[in-house]
Amino acid sequence: MIRAVIVMNTQGKPRLLKFYEFQPPEKQQELTRSVFAVLSGRPDNVSNFVEADAIFGPGTRLVYKHLATLYFVFVFDSCENELAMLDLIQVLVETLDRCFKNVCELDIVFNFNKMHTILDEIIFGGQVLETSSERVLKAVEEISRLEKSSSSVSFVPKSVSGRFGR
Amino acid sequence: MEQLKTIGRELAIGSHGGWGQSKEFLDLVKSIGEARSKAEEDRIILREVESLRRRIAEPDVPRRKMKEYIIRLVYAEMLGHDASFGYIHAVKMTHDDALPLKRTGYLAVTLFLSEDHDLIILIVNTIQKDLRSDNYLVVCAALAAVCKLINEETIPAVLPQVVDLLAHPKEAVRRKAVMALHRFYQRSPASVSHLVSNFRKRLCDNDPGVMGATLCPLFDLISADVNSYKDLVISFVGILKQVAERRLPKTYDYHQMAAPFIQIKLLKILALLGSGDKQASGHMYNVLGDIFRKCEQSSNIGNAVLYESICCVSSIYPNAKLLEAAAEATSKFLKSDSHNLKYMGVDALGRLIRINPDIAEEHQLAVIDCLEDPDDTLKRKTFELLYKMTKSTNVEVIVDRMIEYMINISDNHYKTEIASRCVELAEQFAPTNEWFIRTMNKVFEHAGDLVNVRVAHNLMRLIAEGFGEDDEGAESQLRSSAVDSYLRILGEPKLPSLFLQVICWVLGEYGTADGKYPAAYIIGKLCDVTEALLCDDTVKAYAISAIMKICAFEISEGRKVEMLPECQSLIDELSTSHSTDLEQRAYELQALLCLESQAVESVMPLDASCEDIEIDKNLTFLKDFVQQSIENGARPYIPESERSGTSNVSNFKSQYQHEASSHMLRFEAYELPRPSPAHVIPQVSVPTPIADFFPVPETTYNSETSQASKLSSVADASSAAHGIKLHLDGVQRRWGRPTYSSSSGPSSTTSTEKTTNGITHIDGVGSQSRDKLNESRRQQPEVSAEKQKLAASLFGGSAGKTEKKATSTQRAPKGNTRNAERPGVSRSVSPETSKEKAAPSVPDLLDLGEPNPTSTTIVDPFKQLEGLVGPTPVPSPLDNSVKTSGLETPDLMAAVYTDLPPSGSSSGSFTSTTRDMHSADKTSNTATSEPSIKKGPFPQDSLRKDARARQVGVTPTGNNPNLFKDLLG
Repeated sequence: MIRAVIVMNTQGKPRLLKFYEFQPPEKQQELTRSVFAVLSGRPDNVSNFVEADAIFGPGTRLVYKHLATLYFVFVFDSCENELAMLDLIQVLVETLDRCFKNVCELDIVFNFNKMHTILDEIIFGGQVLETSSERVLKAVEEISRLEKSSSSVSFVPKSVSGRFGR
Repeated sequence: MEQLKTIGRELAIGSHGGWGQSKEFLDLVKSIGEARSKAEEDRIILREVESLRRRIAEPDVPRRKMKEYIIRLVYAEMLGHDASFGYIHAVKMTHDDALPLKRTGYLAVTLFLSEDHDLIILIVNTIQKDLRSDNYLVVCAALAAVCKLINEETIPAVLPQVVDLLAHPKEAVRRKAVMALHRFYQRSPASVSHLVSNFRKRLCDNDPGVMGATLCPLFDLISADVNSYKDLVISFVGILKQVAERRLPKTYDYHQMAAPFIQIKLLKILALLGSGDKQASGHMYNVLGDIFRKCEQSSNIGNAVLYESICCVSSIYPNAKLLEAAAEATSKFLKSDSHNLKYMGVDALGRLIRINPDIAEEHQLAVIDCLEDPDDTLKRKTFELLYKMTKSTNVEVIVDRMIEYMINISDNHYKTEIASRCVELAEQFAPTNEWFIRTMNKVFEHAGDLVNVRVAHNLMRLIAEGFGEDDEGAESQLRSSAVDSYLRILGEPKLPSLFLQVICWVLGEYGTADGKYPAAYIIGKLCDVTEALLCDDTVKAYAISAIMKICAFEISEGRKVEMLPECQSLIDELSTSHSTDLEQRAYELQALLCLESQAVESVMPLDASCEDIEIDKNLTFLKDFVQQSIENGARPYIPESERSGTSNVSNFKSQYQHEASSHMLRFEAYELPRPSPAHVIPQVSVPTPIADFFPVPETTYNSETSQASKLSSVADASSAAHGIKLHLDGVQRRWGRPTYSSSSGPSSTTSTEKTTNGITHIDGVGSQSRDKLNESRRQQPEVSAEKQKLAASLFGGSAGKTEKKATSTQRAPKGNTRNAERPGVSRSVSPETSKEKAAPSVPDLLDLGEPNPTSTTIVDPFKQLEGLVGPTPVPSPLDNSVKTSGLETPDLMAAVYTDLPPSGSSSGSFTSTTRDMHSADKTSNTATSEPSIKKGPFPQDSLRKDARARQVGVTPTGNNPNLFKDLLG
């Protein structure tokens, strides 16, 4: 299964952390730091795989992709295939790109909750759910459409009153 | 211009519909991005957290505001700050009826809470309700929460609802329900054991997505218990066939592959089911062959499927044709330019050589290439492969390589692993003793603190015993070479403690054995060891024992021992040490120095470390003394177990502790002291692994017995102490176990008179222990024979043949004609590449001992040529561009904000302008659906980008925020 998805920038600042096995916040930071230490020490033009048993326990590996100012990192155990995971990163990035129309780090920072929504449509409970970015996009659009409609029904008045209240 | 910027800003905030955050959040993110240091960043977030704490607790927070607060809390926690005060609000938000709020609530709780958190109990009810909701999005959100938050205890509360969802009309819901059940299975297999039939049923779901999801739990179920699912082999093969023949809807295609992730899962399952099962494997051959034939090799995902097929083929019952196809695919991987594919190739090769070791033959150069590669991951994978294919013919090269690599890495975790692998290989395949000792020295020197203690004891044992050959000369040569090397190594700074222990022990035992070094020299060296900065107590103990041994050897030779001043000061220091062990040893040494040569010789016989030590547990040699004492009116000894009351020695301590803890006054009288010898001696005779020394009984002996028994106990103590230090459990079978025989009455009486140090064996006992020894020896060869057989089956040829080979290469490692020929070939082919260094070592490393060398030499050169000329590492242009841009833009955020005038609305305009530019680019460059590997950046493109960016007045050097475009086309 997939243990974690980490998106961080080239400074090691986390942009998205999703652990499929619970990790307390301090541990999350520690893991992110050690992953960053490993990745930042790797030259370019080498493989995208790293054995991560020193960080995440025996048998774990990680696949990463360095794009512009971001690292996309998937951590997983022996039940997954490295090349396939690499493609899953590709799916995620493609989806983000379609969703944000030329995605950049800024989009990811400001909309990290949307990132979570997208990721939830691709990986569910640590297993690969969907690999077609079109279908992921469709699902995400459906969610935002329904959210919008429900918000226009149920809580626009409240927010308006909230605004008046100030 | 200003207007443009504002518009851009608006776009950045609000363009994404309901997702946009408020200005405050934007400002927060911005200020964090601008923070110059970690401390500054922490300050900003702490301020944010404080303000959130205040505002979130206000009585009437509007719900939309609350949603934003929660998101900001998630953000703060992602950056490592405590947001626990807001958890309860996130929980409350899950109760909300409005979908956006509910989803945000669920998102926050799944990120915040562990499955055992107290607040979960407040969510379970909501989850139950939401799982029955009409709105499928609510159901999905609840299912996501179920996956993360439901623990073993709460599974029953939601299980019925989740099972009901398996029949939900929406396929997305069915799929997630299956995965939630899978999660339950992972948490607690028992909780869903009655639902296995549901998984089987879902395998036939109309929707391929649901079927694909079902494969995940089935994979787990099958790996737990293969045999109950053999009936599904035909179904799985059928499904795989359909998928591979593209019978699934087009929407499941990914990069021109038909549902690759489903194929991969199926191949993994088939590998499990077909492992060692000829009949089941028979069903798979056809479809696997199809996949090999049809598989797209240009795309990443195609290679993923291909790799999985290789794994499957190497796991199921072997089929020659498929293995051939797998080997072919593997060689394509290995010859590829991509590091990723090489990695997969090395891994695949590691699997295939288990079935047919000859496959490695043609890839030797590719493997060497991988070993020389700057990529650490690839290197490690290659070492793993080499580890798998090590045998006595190539062990020297492989272990040398491993050690060389080990020295250069700083990652302790991997260092430990590779050190233990070196040791394992060296112990298993060592061609000569010298080599073994040299190798061990290197391992200890560079990773001494990381290897197992057992390894050190094995090394000492080996030096003491040799390899069991009967050649005394060779043995002493081995020892003196060890002593030489250790005296040399001692000069180096910062040796690991474990290594120092070995060195001290060896110097003590054999330092003066060959007469090359004077005792004073060795003692001086040993004293130096103890003065080193990092010297711990164990090393000191080893050192002083070694000094004691050397002194004893000197005295027994009749030479006088001059006390070096540093040695005297060491004794003085240790005799006041806090460690009772060191103190004891120091006193023992002092006592020993006062003894006459004959006594010393029996205390510390020369080179007796391999002798059996007899321990007479019953202390029969004391009988006379005891008898005499009793006659003189002493009280008879009562064994500890038969004693009653508080006088029990063993529970005295605990009683004392008890008293100390309860602070109670004692009103009973203290017991009368008993004659002590009876108490002390039994303890002497039982060597417990913890005790490093045995107290010398300081009792009222008759003068003649006292001498002898004191001697014997000293001898026992010291030699037993070595024994214990040497970790008896690993060593016993070679050294012979100390015979704790109770029937050795006469033997022990004699031993009191002479010495108990095991020089004199009484026949009965001796033969007994010899029997044991033989027995254990007999067991040992069996194991190693098995290993050899395994190795032989791994690398072809019978065990006998490999053995023969081993000896021949040992004597003349490069004299083999084949060996000599091959480097010549490869060298002449590759003068320009950097493999010259590697080439000479090729034959040793990958010598696979095939039966007909002539034919391979004919075939080989071409393959080698291919391997050499093919993969000249051409850096792929794509990676290059990403690299340079990545290097120049250390932080997009910071760069964006610092490069532009601080007008506050700058960022938006920047992104918007560059975005416009890129959307223009995109139209000119429409190959979006192409796989990423094929795409490279176009130099003209980037120039155009640059120019356009300059037109709009931004200096874009390296700050291009949407570089994903390079990847995505």
